[in-house]
Amino acid sequence: MLTLTGATVRFGARAVLDAVDLEVADHEIVCVLGPSGSGKSTLLRAVAGLQALDGGRVLLDGADQTGVPVHRRGVGLMFQDHQLFPQRDVAGNVAFGLRMHGVGTAERGARVEELLDLVGLPGAGRRAVSSLSGGEQQRVALARALAPRPRLLMLDEPLGQLDRGLRERLVTELRRLFRQLGTTVLAVTHDQGEAFALADRVVVMNDGRIAQSGTPLDVWRSPASAFVARFLGFDNIVPATVTGAAADTVWGKVPVPDGSPQGERLLLIRPAGVRVTAAGEGLGCHVAARTFRGGHVAVTLRPAEGPLLEAEFPLRDAPEAGAEVDVEFRAEDVVVLDGEDA
Amino acid sequence: MNTKKAAAVALVAALGVTSLAACGGGNGDKGKADGASPAPKTVTLVSHDSFNASEEVLAEFTKQTGLTVKVLKSGDAGEAVNKEILTKGSPQGDVFFGIDNTLLSRALDNGIFVPYEAKGLDRIPAALQLDKEQHRVTPIDSGDICVNYDKQYFADKKLAPPQTLDDLAKPAYKDLLVVENPERSSPGLGFLLGTVAKYGDDGWQDYWKKLKANGVKTVDSWELAYDQEFSGSAGGRKAKGDRPLVVSYASSPPVEVLYAKPQPKVAPTGVSTGTCFRQTEFAGLLDGAKNPEGGKKLIDFLISKKFQDDLPLQMFVNPVTNDATLPELFTRHGVVIDQPYAMEPKKIADNREQWIQQWTSLVLK
Amino acid sequence: MVLPVGFFAVFFAWPVVSIVERGLRPDGRWELGGFGETLTRPEILDVLWFTLWQALASTALTLLVALPGAYVFARFDFPGKRVLRAVVTVPFVLPTVMVGTAFLALVGRRGLLDAWWGVRLDTSVWAILLAHVFFNYAVVVRTVGGLWAQLDPRQEEAARVLGASRFRAWRTVTLPALAPSVAAAALMVFLFTASSFGIVQILGGPAYSTLETEIYRQTADRLQLSTAAVLTMVQFVAVGVILAVHARTVRRRETALRLVAAERTARRPRGAGQWALLGGVLLSVALLILAPLGVLVERSFATPDGYGLDYYRALQEVGDNGTFLVPMTDTIVNSLEYALAATAVAVTVGGLAAAALTRRAGRLVRGFDALLMLPLGVSAVTVGFGFLITLDEPPLDLRASWILVPLAQALVGVPFVVRIMLPVLRAVDERLREAAAVLGASPWRAWREVDLPLVRRALLVAAGFAFAVSLGEFGATVFIARPDNPTLPVAVARLLGRPGELNYGQAMALSTILMVVCAVSLLLLERLRTDRTSGEF
Repeated sequence: MLTLTGATVRFGARAVLDAVDLEVADHEIVCVLGPSGSGKSTLLRAVAGLQALDGGRVLLDGADQTGVPVHRRGVGLMFQDHQLFPQRDVAGNVAFGLRMHGVGTAERGARVEELLDLVGLPGAGRRAVSSLSGGEQQRVALARALAPRPRLLMLDEPLGQLDRGLRERLVTELRRLFRQLGTTVLAVTHDQGEAFALADRVVVMNDGRIAQSGTPLDVWRSPASAFVARFLGFDNIVPATVTGAAADTVWGKVPVPDGSPQGERLLLIRPAGVRVTAAGEGLGCHVAARTFRGGHVAVTLRPAEGPLLEAEFPLRDAPEAGAEVDVEFRAEDVVVLDGEDA
Repeated sequence: MNTKKAAAVALVAALGVTSLAACGGGNGDKGKADGASPAPKTVTLVSHDSFNASEEVLAEFTKQTGLTVKVLKSGDAGEAVNKEILTKGSPQGDVFFGIDNTLLSRALDNGIFVPYEAKGLDRIPAALQLDKEQHRVTPIDSGDICVNYDKQYFADKKLAPPQTLDDLAKPAYKDLLVVENPERSSPGLGFLLGTVAKYGDDGWQDYWKKLKANGVKTVDSWELAYDQEFSGSAGGRKAKGDRPLVVSYASSPPVEVLYAKPQPKVAPTGVSTGTCFRQTEFAGLLDGAKNPEGGKKLIDFLISKKFQDDLPLQMFVNPVTNDATLPELFTRHGVVIDQPYAMEPKKIADNREQWIQQWTSLVLK
Repeated sequence: MVLPVGFFAVFFAWPVVSIVERGLRPDGRWELGGFGETLTRPEILDVLWFTLWQALASTALTLLVALPGAYVFARFDFPGKRVLRAVVTVPFVLPTVMVGTAFLALVGRRGLLDAWWGVRLDTSVWAILLAHVFFNYAVVVRTVGGLWAQLDPRQEEAARVLGASRFRAWRTVTLPALAPSVAAAALMVFLFTASSFGIVQILGGPAYSTLETEIYRQTADRLQLSTAAVLTMVQFVAVGVILAVHARTVRRRETALRLVAAERTARRPRGAGQWALLGGVLLSVALLILAPLGVLVERSFATPDGYGLDYYRALQEVGDNGTFLVPMTDTIVNSLEYALAATAVAVTVGGLAAAALTRRAGRLVRGFDALLMLPLGVSAVTVGFGFLITLDEPPLDLRASWILVPLAQALVGVPFVVRIMLPVLRAVDERLREAAAVLGASPWRAWREVDLPLVRRALLVAAGFAFAVSLGEFGATVFIARPDNPTLPVAVARLLGRPGELNYGQAMALSTILMVVCAVSLLLLERLRTDRTSGEF
C-alpha cells in the first residue's frame, strides 16, 4: 500500500526525516510513536504531499508520488486540531471531499448521513461547527476524512486534545471502526497507551529515524534500545557485562533470559521484575518513596550504590517508606538492550 | 457568483495591462511615431481649458477637408504649454492653440513647434506676427488686459473712474482695486507686465509699493477676483463684492451685457483704457505630430474668416485678421485700446521668474 | 507578487523617477547642486516650515476633537450610531475640492458665519485647520475607535478592583494598549495633512503654500522641474520616514492585547458625565462635519426663486456656456465607470499584494508593504506629469486612453485594499488550505473554497473603500481626465471655476449627489463590517 524508501526532509541543516524506510500493508493500522520533534508529523505531511522530500521516495500502491500534487494523491489526513471549515456546517464539512471528487448531490447526502451515523452523530448535519464539543469535532473531522474513501487514512494526534476518559473510549471505538471498514491507517501519536490500543504495528521514531518497529507486544516486551525503553517509561537502565545467563552491574549480579546477547550491554529491569527477598540475600536498598497506583504500589528504592531503582509491588507486599529492604531480580523481566545508544 | 466573475474579469484585465507594460518598459528611446494608416481622419487640437468654438464652425472645417477636429483641453494656459514642453517630440496632438506672448519664448526656446507659413497671413497686421522669420507660430486672436470699473459705484460717489496706472495709486482710489496673483493667473501676469513696461525695470517695484500702500487686494484667480470681489459684475453683486476696480479684460463689459437678463442698454462696467496690456494668442504645428498635413489645414482654418468671425463670442477676444467682422455686441459695448502696453516675448521669458518672485515678496509677504 | 510589483513599477515608480530625473538631469548630466541652492531659498524654507507646522497643528487639533469621538463610538450604544459612523467617514472620501467648497460655503464670503456674525475665515489658516479636522476625523475614529471597541473592559475593571481610580485605571491599562494605534492614526493624519493639496489651494489663497502646492506651482505653472524635483525628493524622504515609523507602530499595535467582540463592550451611557460626553461629541460632529455637508445640500436646492430642483434638472442639459461637451448626468456615469474599473484594478493588485505579503514575511516584503503606501503621500501632479512623459510610446501610449484615469485612481486605492486585506488574510490558517488540499481540492479550488468565503467580507469592504476613494480622487484625475468625459469631482471643480449662479448651483447639486453615493456605499460597508475586518480604516 504505502512504501517509503530513504525519505529525507531537511529544515536547514537539520534532518527532520532521515532516510526513513517504512511499509504499510493493506488494511493494516500502523501507529508512529515518538516524542514531539521526532519527525512523525513531517512523515505524514510528506506522504500527503504537503511537505516536499529532499531525498527518497513515497510510493502509494507501487506508484511513485514524486510530483503528484496533494489533491491527487487520494489519501486522507485528519489534522491534529481538526481544522474544520468554520464557515460550513457539519454536513458541509463532511461533504467537502465528496464535492471535490465530483460526487453527485443525492449520493453525497446519503454518504454524509451514513458517515455521521458511523461516527455516532446522526442528524447533526445542520449544526454549526463552532457549536460542537471537542469530541464531536473529532468525530466530524474523522467523518470528513473518511468520506471520500481514501486509500490511506492518516491521523495526526487524533485524540490529542481530548480528556483522558473520552480518549480511552474513542480509541477502542476507532479500532473497531477501522477493522469494520478495512481502512488502511497511518497514525502518529506521542501517547503510547493510544498507540498500543489502536495499532497492529507500532513504529517508534527518534530524531527523524525509526528506532523500532513491531507489534505493540513486541515493542513493549523487548524495547530495542535505551531510547525506546525510556520513551516507554522504563527508567531502570544500567550498563552491564553479560556473560552467559547473568550480567554484572552496579546493582550486583542480575539474571538474564536465555539467549541474550553477550558482552558490554545496557540492561533494562522492568519494575515488575524487582522482588523483596530475605534480609542479606539481595541488594540492600532504602525505600525512598512509595506511591499508591490503584492495582499496585510504585516504590522508589535507593541502593547503596548506583542509580535509583523503580519497583512495582502488589498491594500487600509493598514496604513502607523509610524501611530497609533487600531485593532480587526476575530474569523474565530483564531485557538486554541491543542498541548502542546509552 | 457575480463577484467571482468580476474578479476573474479584473484579473484578466490587470494581467493584460501589465503584460502591455512589460513590453513597453523596454523601449525608452523616443522614436518618432509615424502614422501607420495612410490618411488619418482626425486632427487633434490641443488647447487650454478656455478654448471654445461653435459646432457649426468646426463642422465647416470637416466639410472643407474631410477631417474631424478632436479638441483636447489640457489644463489652464500655462499648464497646457508646460505639458507640451514636457512631451516634446511625442505630443498629445497635432496643433497647439492658445500660447500667448507671455509664454511664447519658453515654447519657442524648447522647440516644440515646427515652421509652417499659413495661407492668408497677409490679412494679419505685421505687428502681431512675432515669429515673422520662421513662422513657427501664427497669431490667432488678441485681447487686452485692463482694469475694469463699476460704473454705478463711481457715479454714486461722484468720482471719476481711474484711467491710467498712475491713477490707481492715488489716495482717491484707496482700497478699491483687486488684482490676480501673476503666478497663478494670466490676467494677473499681464497686468504686472504692463506695469513693468510702463515704469521700467527700476521703477515698477516702487509703483507696486505705492499700490500696496493704497490697499490693493490679491486673489488667486480671475474667477475669484471678477465674480466674488468685484462689485460691478453680476456675480460680484450677488456675492456682495466690495471692490469697484478689478483687473480683467477689455472685452468684459460686452460679456456682462451678453449674460444679463434682460440685456441692459449700457454696460454696467467700464474699461480704464490707460491700464491695458496686450495679449496675443498663437497656434503652432507640434513637432512630432501624427497628422502634420491635417494640422496645417487646421491652422489655415483658424485664421479663416469663418473661424475669426466666430472667435469674439466664443472666447471673448478680438480677431486678428483685418477682414473679420466684429459682432454688434462688441462694437456697441466694447472699447478699442489704441495704446496698450506691450513687451518683447524674449524679455518676458528672461525676466518673468525674477519679476514674479520680486512681486511675491513685495506684495504677498 | 509579480503583478503588484509590475503595476507599482510601471504606473508609479517609472513615471515619478522619470519626472524627477528630468528635473535633476536636464541635459544628460546630474545637477545635484540644486539641492543646496533650493533648500536655502527663503521662500522654500517658508513653504517647508508652513507645511510642517500646519500639519502638526492639524494633527493635534484632529486628535483633540476626534479622540473623544473614538471613545464614544467605541464604548457607547446610541440610536443612529451606525449611520453616524458612515456619515463621519464621508468627508474622508470626498474630493478635497469639495471639502474646500463646503468650508467656503460655511466660513467664506456669504457663508453661514458671514451671514450670521460677519465672520470670515477664508484665506486664513483656521479654515485650513478646520477643513483638515473635517477631512481626517474618520481616520482617528476608525483606527483608534476600532481597537478601543475591542479592548476588554474587564481589564480596566480588574485595575479598579485592585484599587486604581477611574482615571488611573484608564491611564495605566487602556492608554498603553491604545497608544500605538493613536500614534498610527496621528501619523496617517500627519501624512494626509502634510500632503494636502486641494484644501490649501482653495482655502489658503495666494499667501499660503505647502510642499504639495509648491510642487504643483513649480511644475505646472513655472516648469521649474529642478526645484520641483528637489521638493519631490524632500517629500519622498519625509513620507518614507513617516511610513517607516507608521509600519513599526502598526506592528507593535496588537501584540499581546486581549481583544473581545466589539458588540460586547458598548453599552448605553450612564450618568450625567457620560451623557454630557456623548452630547459634546455629537455636537462637535454636528458642527464640524454635518454643518459643512449640510450647507452643500442646502445650497444645491437654493435657487434664486426659493428652494427647488432647478440645479438638478440643469444637470441633464448640455451647458450653454460650453463648459462641458456632455450633460452633467453623464459625468456621474463616467465617474461610476472609472471608479468601478479602478476598483477592479485596485482590488486585484492590492489583493494579490496582500496575499503575497501574507505568504512571505521578510524584511524585503515588509519594505514593499510600506512602498505600496507611498502613492498616498506623493504629489499627484508629480505622478500626473510622470504619466505624461513616460506612457507616451506604443504599446503603452495610454495618455489618450480612458484607462489612465482608473489607473491613477487605483494607485490611491491599492494602499487601502492592502491595509484592509492583510490582517484578515493573515488570520486564515494555512492548515485549512492543507485540509482542503488533502480532501482533493486543487490550489485554486482551495483558495475559492477556503480563503474566499473567509475573506469575502473583507474583500467587499476593501472594494467598497477603493471604490469610494476612486470616486473622490481629485488631484491626479483633474490632471489627466479628458474634458469630454470628466469625473464628478473634476466637473465640480470646473463648474466652480466658472462664474454664475447656475454653475455654482450645479456644482453644489453634483457635490450632493457624490456625497450621497459615498454615504450610501459607506453605509453598506458598515453593515458588512465585522470584527475580523476592522483593519485600519
